[in-house]
Amino acid sequence: MTQPIMTGQQSPRPLVRRHHWIVRLTHWATAVVLAGMIASGLQIYEAYARFGNRGGPYFVSPFDGAQFPHWSRLGGWLAGALNWHFALAWPLVTFGLLYLGYLVRSGEWRALLFRPRDVPGALEMGKYYLHLRKEHPPQGKHNPLQKLAYTSVIGLGALAVLTGFAVYKPTQLSWLTALFGGFQAARYWHFWIVWLFVGFTIMHVILVFVVDPASLRAMLTGWYRGRFPSHD
Amino acid sequence: MTERPTRRVDRRAFLKLGVAAGAGTLAAACGWDGGRLVRPGLLDISRVNDWVGENILYSPTRLARTYDASERSVSLPSYFISQTMPMLGDPAAWRLRVDGLVAQPLDLSLDDLMRMPRVSYTVKHHCVEGWSAIASWHGVPVSAIVERCRPAKEARYIRFVSFDADYSNGWDMASAMHPQTILAYGMNDNPLLAAHGAPLRLYSPTKLGYKMTKYLVSMTFTDTRPGGYWEDQGYPWFGGV
Repeated sequence: MTQPIMTGQQSPRPLVRRHHWIVRLTHWATAVVLAGMIASGLQIYEAYARFGNRGGPYFVSPFDGAQFPHWSRLGGWLAGALNWHFALAWPLVTFGLLYLGYLVRSGEWRALLFRPRDVPGALEMGKYYLHLRKEHPPQGKHNPLQKLAYTSVIGLGALAVLTGFAVYKPTQLSWLTALFGGFQAARYWHFWIVWLFVGFTIMHVILVFVVDPASLRAMLTGWYRGRFPSHD
Repeated sequence: MTERPTRRVDRRAFLKLGVAAGAGTLAAACGWDGGRLVRPGLLDISRVNDWVGENILYSPTRLARTYDASERSVSLPSYFISQTMPMLGDPAAWRLRVDGLVAQPLDLSLDDLMRMPRVSYTVKHHCVEGWSAIASWHGVPVSAIVERCRPAKEARYIRFVSFDADYSNGWDMASAMHPQTILAYGMNDNPLLAAHGAPLRLYSPTKLGYKMTKYLVSMTFTDTRPGGYWEDQGYPWFGGV
């Protein structure tokens, strides 16, 4: 048997498995479905572009009376948007549960869940990003700030679904609606979650390309040849 | 075995991502309701959601929260389909016709209805558009009408018809029999105004506003699911909240 010859250009880093197919499938499917949820949601929002019972008082919102650009809306009109929104809710919840189920079964939640013991590490990562610390702190599959971001966005997904149900069935699920402060408050939180998702996604994409471009390949093919460990 | 250079894979991945994003943006840019290909599928899923709403998320006994009259909203918008506000030429001649699969068809005047059991409550109104408003309503429960007309076992739905253009709604029997589902002839302690469906309108805090037929002229018991003005245009049929 002949050994493959390493040339100077070839990366000495090993090619390793990083993401299970369930993670990759649910990641991209959720990205597409969430885009549809947001676009149809913006169309729905237009029908009553404020928060509060008729006659007030109204919740403070910079988007009062806002009309979002045509390209950002899905559904054409309220009924079309509602049908998109309520149809896409099924795959959103399904992929979300599939992903969570995988995390639990595989034990991978350990590499993702931000816990109190990650606080010092998160502070060190913060220092590194702020150039207050020279060398990158050692890390496992994800650094503590990543854990914080991914844990938060999973929580945000759960909140999006729960506030969605609170708006969908304020009488039948009145306990849930009351938990979020009532029908109009649930609409308000449901709407704000959108901007947190948008903010997360922008940061997420920037960091992929700036910090770890090899992770894009890993999320597509499962294989990773980057500078970070793929296991804790 | 040689590996493909990482950069090529990344470029291809990037291209794929771009195509997917482009298609998504294009779909959104057209204000797309799904077109001929997807829209029927969306409507099918909407029927599934109706089923879930009717059979899993709906409780025939759970009462909507009631409010104090002092919590009433300053205003409650009202909509109608006709060019001008629907009004009766001769209010005294108005009757509610109850027919279809019933043992006893009825022709009820407003006085007849007012002599029947009366329910009043102050509840939150939920519009499909996303607004809400609190108001008081009083009228006769639909269940009291059902008691009088005695529908057949096959009667699973009621079709409510108005004199506002061709506005109508179809209801499932369980929602109609809910203790808070009434034929309202009064609002905020006063007789119902023309803007809100005088002389008689359907009201229930378990439904979205568009399900509550105003300007009622008839209710017909049937074994086939009746459509409705907005429902036939794509709005969810069940419309429960």
